Amino acid sequence: MSTPGAPAAATLASAATADADAGAGATPVAGAIDAARLALLRDLKLAFRKRGQLVQPLAFFALVTMLFPLAVSPELSRLREMAPGVIWVAALLASLLALEFLFRDDAYDGTLEQYALSGQSLTWLMFAKTAAHWLLTGLPLALMAPLAALSLGAPLASLTGIVGSVAVGSVALSLIGSIGAALTLGMKRSGALLSLLTLPLSLPVLIYGARATQLAISGGPLLAPLELLGALAVLGVTLAPLAAAAAVRISLE
Amino acid sequence: MRQFLDMGGYAAFVWPAYLVTLTVVVLNIVWARRALERSRAAARRRLDARGEQP
Amino acid sequence: MTWTWFHRLASPPYVYALAARLTPWFAWPAALLIVAGLWGGLVLAPPDYQQGDGFRIIYVHAPSAWMSLMVYTTMAVAAAVGLIWRIKVAHAVAASCAPIGASFTFAALVTGALWGEPMWGTYWEWDPRLTSELILLFLYLGYMGLRAGIEDTQRADRASALLAVVGVVNVPIIHYSVTWWNSLHQAPSVMRLDKPAIAPAMLLPLLSMLLGFTLYFVALLLVRLRGEVLARERSASWIREAVSA
Repeated sequence: MSTPGAPAAATLASAATADADAGAGATPVAGAIDAARLALLRDLKLAFRKRGQLVQPLAFFALVTMLFPLAVSPELSRLREMAPGVIWVAALLASLLALEFLFRDDAYDGTLEQYALSGQSLTWLMFAKTAAHWLLTGLPLALMAPLAALSLGAPLASLTGIVGSVAVGSVALSLIGSIGAALTLGMKRSGALLSLLTLPLSLPVLIYGARATQLAISGGPLLAPLELLGALAVLGVTLAPLAAAAAVRISLE
Repeated sequence: MRQFLDMGGYAAFVWPAYLVTLTVVVLNIVWARRALERSRAAARRRLDARGEQP
Repeated sequence: MTWTWFHRLASPPYVYALAARLTPWFAWPAALLIVAGLWGGLVLAPPDYQQGDGFRIIYVHAPSAWMSLMVYTTMAVAAAVGLIWRIKVAHAVAASCAPIGASFTFAALVTGALWGEPMWGTYWEWDPRLTSELILLFLYLGYMGLRAGIEDTQRADRASALLAVVGVVNVPIIHYSVTWWNSLHQAPSVMRLDKPAIAPAMLLPLLSMLLGFTLYFVALLLVRLRGEVLARERSASWIREAVSA
């Protein structure tokens, strides 16, 4: 159903040609960034063909959020107290769900192999794929989070803080998750194992993210946890694609 | 002796703690030796299977 | 010169034989130290003025907690060595560590809970140390789960090695964030699992237990290592002699 690795190979080949065209002045990094950009665009294009699939994690997020008023209490004051935790747990679970799609199609149709064999930097390609994944799931989640927060009694003033914290935190979550997803490539029903691998590593994000959201709702200074979240995201950006690339190579052996 | 077993009233906590730890210690020894035996048996089987081929 | 022993340690037949020879040298001293520690801790040491005889749980709790951390570190180092230098024996060491570490993490959690209830009125508390220990258990389970999920031994070795390295990098981050989180909520640090004010009569048995458990771990590792090394060997030449003995 998915076309085999040809489009991917073409993508990377054109990046290589661009490299060659540029001649002696072209640096390997430039080629890698071009390849990464093309991979990112490809992922976005392919994802938009299956728009239904994109909505699923978001619907899941909304549903999980809704469970808590029903399971606990409709009292807004109580819900407001739980809101940071509910939003973050729901976001974490939703992004875990979405992680299964990160490599699945590409591993299935051989694109991932093409990426690994292409001679382009696999690390940059992993960064591109993870970036696409964030744009398709993390960012929408961040934009939906205020709605969830409002439904749980959060004040209007808190909404920018909530979007900000979930946006930054979900970057880190996508990056951390990419490692687990790469390690469990090709495993059938890897969902539970993927969660077991990713959740412990995501705990710092959860802790700082929930704290930032909590401060946003209560009107306190959320700069400190937000900065820590940012630090985690930066650390993730630096290290996770490398680890994911290594994991992909191992999984494809 | 009774004082020893009673552990100053904390017997219900101290002795189970020691029991759990001792169990884990013993179980690890058993598992390790069993794992080695299983590996050796598997290696023997692999060798026999290969030995039968001309 | 120095590299000869390193190369030898990477040789499966050498390691297989060496492990067999070394095991008693660790096992018997371990047994001695543990028995001495038990005697010292249960009988000789006086009761604590605050916790009475209940403090004696430390003689099994501290070694278990120590094991859980030491084994994880060993596992991560061995995994890194195996990953970087592609040494099968190193992967065999890492594989041997996991079940040992996981079981003692469990023991640490249980003995910690049993210590907490009489001393501080609760079996469980979300304080940094216990929470971090629980997370460590999940790290072990994830490692073992990943290994179990990959059939090809070499691939399983390398994948789980990468996971172990990523995990060990995360442990300080996780611990820091959990400590930060706990300090925020001003949870009165009810469970202080620090060692009580230490008189030598109390300290010496503890040290004996810690050392004894360390040697015990090495002995266990050596036994498991032999099996793991065997499982990774295909060539028949040295195995034939080794397993027919």
